[in-house]
Amino acid sequence: MSDFETVAASENQAARRGPSGEPGTPNQVGRPRKPRSLAGDAWRDLRRKPIFWISLTLVLLVTAMAAVPGLFTSNDPADCVLSRQHAPPSGGAIFGYDFQGCDTYARAVYGARASLLVGALSALFTGLIALVVGMVAGYFGGWVDAVLSRVIDIVLGIPLLLAAIVLLKRIGSDSATVRVAAVIFVLAVLGWTTAARVVRSSVITAREQDYVAAARMLGAGNGRIMWRHILPNALAPAIVVLTIALGSFIAAEATLSFLGIGLREPTISWGIEINNGRVHMRESATPLVVPSTFLALTVLAFIMLGDAIRDAFDPKLR
Amino acid sequence: MFRFIVRRLLQMVLAFFGTTLIVYALMFAGQGDPIQALAGERPVTAAQRAYLTEKYHLDATGIGGFFYRYFDYISNLLRGDLGESLTGRSIGDILAAAWPVTIRLALIAIAVAVIFGVTAGVLAGIRRASIFDNATLLLTLLVLGIPTIVLAPLAQYFLGVKWQVFPPTAGADPDFFALLLPGIVLGSLSLATALRLTRTSVAENLRADYVRTARSKGLPNRRVVSVHVLRNSLIPVITFLGVEVGNLMSGAIITEGVFNIPGVGFNLFRGIRTEDGPLVVGIVSVLVVVYLVSNLVVDVLYAVLDPRIRYE
Repeated sequence: MSDFETVAASENQAARRGPSGEPGTPNQVGRPRKPRSLAGDAWRDLRRKPIFWISLTLVLLVTAMAAVPGLFTSNDPADCVLSRQHAPPSGGAIFGYDFQGCDTYARAVYGARASLLVGALSALFTGLIALVVGMVAGYFGGWVDAVLSRVIDIVLGIPLLLAAIVLLKRIGSDSATVRVAAVIFVLAVLGWTTAARVVRSSVITAREQDYVAAARMLGAGNGRIMWRHILPNALAPAIVVLTIALGSFIAAEATLSFLGIGLREPTISWGIEINNGRVHMRESATPLVVPSTFLALTVLAFIMLGDAIRDAFDPKLR
Repeated sequence: MFRFIVRRLLQMVLAFFGTTLIVYALMFAGQGDPIQALAGERPVTAAQRAYLTEKYHLDATGIGGFFYRYFDYISNLLRGDLGESLTGRSIGDILAAAWPVTIRLALIAIAVAVIFGVTAGVLAGIRRASIFDNATLLLTLLVLGIPTIVLAPLAQYFLGVKWQVFPPTAGADPDFFALLLPGIVLGSLSLATALRLTRTSVAENLRADYVRTARSKGLPNRRVVSVHVLRNSLIPVITFLGVEVGNLMSGAIITEGVFNIPGVGFNLFRGIRTEDGPLVVGIVSVLVVVYLVSNLVVDVLYAVLDPRIRYE
């Protein structure tokens, strides 16, 4: 699961390692002769990519599924009757019933909520930690940067799955809210480092710009410069990294729930569904295949969306 | 070079104490009843309680007591004494039996990644923007995006149960054929990353000046690619594969659990399932050390391979 981050990080490094190790932030590009902004260029680029539209559609679809699951199925996912065990499709249950006699499709639809909630909130908190740490480290430099960079190194050196196992084993409570909060907390605490590095390097680039010097000469304080002049530069690359991270957080949540240490029943999560479906796959494979497909498509959609946006904003690749 | 290694070693020592302290603090300390936490949801008899109190020096209190117990744990860890699981087996014995299986599995996965990933990556890098290149890019994106908990059970179902190409589970003493499917599943992620890395770096190096020089000397294309470009392009790939070996040793929890391979990851998987606290802590501690050491080796290797890199 941390593989995603390693991949993203190694690709970033491979693709972006400039002479001084700074990423090729959009803002470094000299103003083109045409009066079009970088965002405009990126948008023109994105518009022509089918992969962008496909992944955007999938993301919107899953979001709608998480917000209003009733739109997609009229069956109750908690309505499980054992006499319908592995029954073929009937009524609204287009994929039939699982081992417990629950509607496979309805459970997959209702599973979107927990996954998306965990993914989005972890990405949000990750982003906040990354922005604060990256901004402080990049802006102040010196010993502050040295200390924070070592902290990043150490946290980056902790294998995500192993640490999550240790942390989550401590949560004894079975309450749904507590477990969701715990998973979000664990993913945020362990997952912010890649984004923090990205923020740090774009802050370092932005800090040396003339307009920052100009702002300082006009008497702007550190707070104002960071908030008004540097933050906007650090935001775009961070959002791209976080979109990809959102996909991997969803995969991480499903993996932890699959192992039995993330979310637990009666919360409906794709990871739990996959684990249950796996046990009885010799009798019927649909309860395994349906949530697997939902999970894979969702994770893919976020990763492809982030990938497409990153490519569009990276002038080196154009 | 020497200074770099020393610095890197010092950093690792710091990371080692940092991570083990975190693992230890989370598992044992700062909670109401550490013995109950160790045992999970199982009942603890008075005799076990007395034994564990004695063993972990739980009668010492306060910060001093905490660090006393922490150093106890560290020195046991360094001496290779990992204690016993709740079922009474020595964790060292469990790991000794599990490592060979995990290493075999990891080697298969790495072989898959190298044979297919690097070859396809070089081809895609040379023919950039061709159909082959775009197809591999899309395919690797799919592989990277599909979580192992989806890939492993589905591969097991379709290839093992439905079409019966491979044995669906490995069993107690798996042979090469039984490990092949899990090895491919495990290696597919590394394959995709290795492919992308090779592709990017080959494409980058093909534009380098020394390639132009080699071409203008009149060297045949085959020699330019296989000697000049490949040698330089493989540096990041080798480092990645080095990190990946460490990851695979420690990280095949899902794959080994799904395919019933009695390796390290499987034992951890079972430890989590059966609420076996000491087993989980023992294995996680060892895996963290393996992970740190493999990262160190790779960093040093990186500096040896690429003379431009000097961490000063």
